[in-house]
Amino acid sequence: MKVGLFVTCLVDLMRPSIGFASLKLLESAGYEVIVPTGQTCCGQPGYNSGDRLAAQALAKKLIDEFATCDYIVVPSGSCGGMIRAHYPELLAEFPEFSDAVQSIAQKTYELTDFLVNVAHIANVPGRFQGSVTYHDSCSGLREMNVKAQPRILLSKVDGLSLREMHQPEQCCGFGGTFAVKYGDISSRIADLKCEDVQSVGADALVLGDLGCMLNIEGRLRRRGDGDTRVLHIAEVLAGMTEDLRASSGAKA
Amino acid sequence: MQVSSNLFKQNARAQLANERVQKALRNAKGKLVVARARSILELDNFEEIRDAAARIRDFALQHMDVLLEEWEKRAEAAGTIVHWARTPQEVNELVLEIARKHGVRKIIKSKSMLGEETNLNHALEDAGLDVRETDLGEYIIQQFGETPSHIIAPAVHKSKDDIADLFATKHKRPRLNDITALTHEAREILRPHFLDADMGISGANFLVAETGSTMIVTNEGNGRMTTTLPRVHVAITGIEKVVPTLEDTALLLRLLTRSATGQSISNYLSFTTGPKRPRDTEGPTEFHVIIVDAGRTKVLASEIREALRCIRCGACMNHCPVYQNIGGHAYGWVYPGPIGSILTPAYVGIENAIDLPNASTLCNQCGVVCPVKIPLPDLMRKLREQQVNKKLRPWSERAGLRLWTWAATRPLAYAMLARMAARMGKWLGGRHGLLRRLPGSGSEWTSGRDLPAPQGKTFRDLYARQKRSAR
Repeated sequence: MKVGLFVTCLVDLMRPSIGFASLKLLESAGYEVIVPTGQTCCGQPGYNSGDRLAAQALAKKLIDEFATCDYIVVPSGSCGGMIRAHYPELLAEFPEFSDAVQSIAQKTYELTDFLVNVAHIANVPGRFQGSVTYHDSCSGLREMNVKAQPRILLSKVDGLSLREMHQPEQCCGFGGTFAVKYGDISSRIADLKCEDVQSVGADALVLGDLGCMLNIEGRLRRRGDGDTRVLHIAEVLAGMTEDLRASSGAKA
Repeated sequence: MQVSSNLFKQNARAQLANERVQKALRNAKGKLVVARARSILELDNFEEIRDAAARIRDFALQHMDVLLEEWEKRAEAAGTIVHWARTPQEVNELVLEIARKHGVRKIIKSKSMLGEETNLNHALEDAGLDVRETDLGEYIIQQFGETPSHIIAPAVHKSKDDIADLFATKHKRPRLNDITALTHEAREILRPHFLDADMGISGANFLVAETGSTMIVTNEGNGRMTTTLPRVHVAITGIEKVVPTLEDTALLLRLLTRSATGQSISNYLSFTTGPKRPRDTEGPTEFHVIIVDAGRTKVLASEIREALRCIRCGACMNHCPVYQNIGGHAYGWVYPGPIGSILTPAYVGIENAIDLPNASTLCNQCGVVCPVKIPLPDLMRKLREQQVNKKLRPWSERAGLRLWTWAATRPLAYAMLARMAARMGKWLGGRHGLLRRLPGSGSEWTSGRDLPAPQGKTFRDLYARQKRSAR
């Protein structure tokens, strides 16, 4: 079975370790993983900003690039949700794409959803000494039904204990371009998330979307919290958190 | 109501900085969200009821013309005087005309958001009439000289202390500290007005086509008194409020009160079918209903039609992370929160509410709690598309998106730009790996947050290198 990894533009640019962690998890689950080299963006920024033409161009590009894959796996609920939940509407005016859109929507999975519900993996390579709390990103939760999957996987990580937040499903305030259009409101919403994270007192906040990671970590650091680590679930499951600590030099 | 939606950003900032408002909002948020969550557990088929409710509302919108005529026929048969108004101005003129005809001096009002749309109170006061809001929240807001900040809890942005201060000043009585005592005082003050008012004004939650009734959902009893005590009654309501049958109404009510306040049923459900009949002991001698368009047919014919399913429960705003933090006033018109971000541009003009459809994280918490399954984020996205198509977005945003699309459709150029950005970002992030100040629109990010710096190399470059060395 051939799995296409869509790393997402944010991971490519900001935090490639998430891409490599995803690769490792998929390969150790026994899949042949291909990474189309021309991949860029799923079109979400354009789509959510009302620029439909831009979003359509990028959606068509992605569909072509991943056409030969049996599955497409995305380490992000929002990019996965874009493909699965929104491409059909976005490309509705192109009947010549309707088969391809249906097909790609059906074979696209968020990473943890894929590992649990398609790959049925029994073990994960990762080890983590300490406690974590998990934030449910909005699109993953409400578009991709990602809720139990990350928790099932985290429970397989040696040494890790999960402590739930008071409101793990509450939006962190990122919202893509919302974060740079309405910075004050976005930061205030992030503040409430930070309070919830800190009140749990876990060693790390773990989540499945890099956008939310940047937002929450950015606010935690600005609030003076340099201790709570913010990690992508792929990094934790793949056992790459110690490499991150070593390579960043400072507290990640 | 005056539209100030284009001042959204500065008004939101002011609300964020207002400690009293912030305290009141946090207090209310917890209560309504928890109450709703608890009460929907009483229903073991909540999702099926939601599906049915959405179908009922869609059916009603689809057949609105027929249902309204049916409603009118039954209402007139029961003695109701039916009026049709195209614009907000026409509504006010009709109410004034009825008041004049009956020599009305004092009016009591039950809650009506449509009245807020048409600025009805001002129009009546300008004509020299005495108008009293009788819903406790609306009464408080009227005394403050403000506008509602929530569709079912209009004074939700006020704390108990704010209200205690207000009552002491306005009622010229000793300051009270207890909510029950404050409520009793308002009741005492309002009671004589109920008894000597000449006219009552209410809205309607639903128009029941099957019976020709208007119906209102209330908790305080003021609605019942407003619709029965004064000799003339005028109900004003939007055309979209029509539903086919009583059974449909009952189904919608199961969701409405639970979604709004977490009650399995409200304290009062008042159905009014025509004026007082010869053997009735109470009721107005004349019962008028004004059916209002005011922008609704335009929405009905548009791509955001599903917004008209709304049954005004307020759950979308109660659950919205943006509303929870800024409250309702920043939205700048009658309807705040997610549904307001759709209805406001639709009713007052897309160019008069540019921020609203954009001021949402699209988290879809509103969509999953909406009892009639309005796809609120999708509708906001439609309005964003309209803004782009009408060139209403700032040039910097348009240029940014164009540049992004240009690069993202050219993998080679994109790879190079990403490589440069990753390298520069890491360098700027320094030892702690944090960007503390960014220029341009990035400053919106860094005004309240750091930006974790990139790791320094792009995934594609690292992956290509790995592939090469593996060979």
